[in-house]
Amino acid sequence: MNGTASENLVYLDHAATTPMRESAIAAMMPFLAGEYANPSGSHRFARRARQAVDEARDMVADVVGCSPGEIVFTGSGTEGDNTAIRGVVERTGGRAVCSAAEHHAVLHCVEHVGGHVLGTDAWGSIDLDRLAACLEDAPDSGPDSIGVVSVMAVNNETGSVTDLDAVSRVVRRRAPRAVLHTDAVQAACWLDLRDQWPHVDALALSAHKFGGPKGVGILAIRAGSPIAPFVLGGGQERDRRSGTHNVAGIVATAVALHDTDRERAHEAIRVAELRETLIAGLSQVGDVHRTIPADRSVPGVAHVCFAGIENEALLYLLDEQGVCASAASACASGAMEPSHVLAAMGVERSLAHGALRLSLGHTTTEADVDSAITAVVSAVSHLRQAAGR
Amino acid sequence: MKILVAMSGGVDSSVAAALLKEDGHDVVGVTLRLWGGESDSGCCSVSDVDDARRVAQQLGIDHLVFNFSDDFQRSVVDPYVHDHARGVTPNPCIECNRHLKFDRLFERADVLGFDAVATGHHARVEFIEGVWRLLRGHDGAKDQSYVVHVLDQRRLARCLFPVGTMTKAEVRRHAERLGLRTAHKPDSQDVCFITSSGGRADFLRRRIELHPAEVVDQNGQALGEVDSVELVTLGQRRGVAGGGGTKRFVVDVDVASRRVVVGDESELLVDHEIGADPVWTDGEFEGDVLVQCSAHGEPRRGRVSRSSHAGTDRVVVAWDRPQRRVSPGQSLVFYDPIGDWVIGGATVTSSDRRSTS
Repeated sequence: MNGTASENLVYLDHAATTPMRESAIAAMMPFLAGEYANPSGSHRFARRARQAVDEARDMVADVVGCSPGEIVFTGSGTEGDNTAIRGVVERTGGRAVCSAAEHHAVLHCVEHVGGHVLGTDAWGSIDLDRLAACLEDAPDSGPDSIGVVSVMAVNNETGSVTDLDAVSRVVRRRAPRAVLHTDAVQAACWLDLRDQWPHVDALALSAHKFGGPKGVGILAIRAGSPIAPFVLGGGQERDRRSGTHNVAGIVATAVALHDTDRERAHEAIRVAELRETLIAGLSQVGDVHRTIPADRSVPGVAHVCFAGIENEALLYLLDEQGVCASAASACASGAMEPSHVLAAMGVERSLAHGALRLSLGHTTTEADVDSAITAVVSAVSHLRQAAGR
Repeated sequence: MKILVAMSGGVDSSVAAALLKEDGHDVVGVTLRLWGGESDSGCCSVSDVDDARRVAQQLGIDHLVFNFSDDFQRSVVDPYVHDHARGVTPNPCIECNRHLKFDRLFERADVLGFDAVATGHHARVEFIEGVWRLLRGHDGAKDQSYVVHVLDQRRLARCLFPVGTMTKAEVRRHAERLGLRTAHKPDSQDVCFITSSGGRADFLRRRIELHPAEVVDQNGQALGEVDSVELVTLGQRRGVAGGGGTKRFVVDVDVASRRVVVGDESELLVDHEIGADPVWTDGEFEGDVLVQCSAHGEPRRGRVSRSSHAGTDRVVVAWDRPQRRVSPGQSLVFYDPIGDWVIGGATVTSSDRRSTS
């Protein structure tokens, strides 16, 4: 089963989005149909919707390991990142800090508020020495003090995991008043969030990355953190995020996250095995560079660079074979941009042109992996042969 | 045939794709992302990509975007800037066709298994007596054979210009009939990476230092100044005329010594031009030709021959009667004197002018 009934697709783009879980679809249906009330209302009909949102919040808090009052439902992972970073800067007046390999949802926010963008280590994690130096150089108060440090738990392109425990030790010692935010959008499927939450003050998730619907995000905000709301209005979510609740989406999100959490330990092992099979298969073509070693990567991402290949051409040939894959992020026109993550890691631009991300998830099967190996090996061989003419 | 159609988001390439689809070909549309900077016309703004994609969706064909911005910067923008810095006025659209559309895109189409590449240019390709001929488009006012003259036999054999046999009015009518959103879209006019607000001066000023220059007459008599010698083009009249009632033309631009010489129109007349890096649609040629010196310029009669003293990669065009000089960097495109087909072309050089006059 690969989640698509009508077409014979090999879907290996779970880091872009995941197929919704059946349980999540079932959970949201009543709220798309009969239970349409606004949970902020005061009648009995509204109270039923309110209860659904409250229960969803409890379920999410349980998976994150925080208290329900620390959960804020947002419209996307991007909104969570924007809220955490720009909200702290607005409230404290301090500077924002992140690494050059962050998702644009973080990077563009930090750039927007004139923050510090730091280099990374060879695996794309924030360089802890540079982080320490940056924090030490900053004063404890005033406009040049550090307001927020944002460090992704898992890189969306490469799957590289950052040790948030180590990051937090650097931040707590050198900038004890700074808010530590993590974009954990790519972590939910693979890392126990209860292990991540103790290290940070804010944590952003996106429902569609773990079998939930698009258009719902979660931002966990540790009680007392100085984060101004990003969306103002009717004061929903305890004044932290206004806007009528997306009840159906929130309910489905909670179910998807709950199921993801329950299956995580088992799935991580199953998918890691599939990923190793995949990478071993791809290595047949030779001159393949695995970007992140297995012990530093989440199980769901196989990121490789093929020397002498242009991934635009490779993705076209894979698409012809029904294999859904990706490379770096696309710009507004749909054109592929050279990866800023690989650039930050110091990967040579010519090699980065041959980058391919195959990302696996809860619906990925051995058959998907076998098909992908065949398709990629044949496409890469063809392109190399064509280039050698 | 499996055909890759370059779709700029304009009406010509929209209809080109539609016609090929109607003919039953396996058509895939592609929009090239060439310029990542500021733009207000041209063919790679997001709204133009949107138009191309929506037309492709309406036609029921796949639509791709290829990011060739690195190559565009290297092959078109950098040389454009560099040429201006040395007083040469290049034609970036020709360089884009040469390096991007008819080289990089062809190469990509090749490896992806396409049989042919199509564009919305107003030109024609016909197979006549064993030779692929590049001919003028049927709409004389819109003919673009000048800017696509860089094609050779190998490329011409696999290149399609579906709207080349139509007038622009017919193209728009066809788009209207199909209800394509691009039916009434205005033609793009200018260089895609130059904005109308800032213009060429603004673009260049942000990349190279522009220098003021002295304007003198033929006798070295100072007449005034210009702000940027790099922006002055041979034959130009505006902005350098100085006072008095006489029409003065730029007859020499010396960037190194920052001097612009103006003079009478007759000073611009020459009996030949030298072209560098000639390209040929069907192999090297010597003989009588019609020569077009700008996108829609009046063709001149002349004779093209290999240059004996200007070097191996040069050609000499001897005019039938004296003609105004062509600015260095512009393309000379050679047409058959009676057949209306393109023989080849070359780029006017700045060097060797005095030594060979």
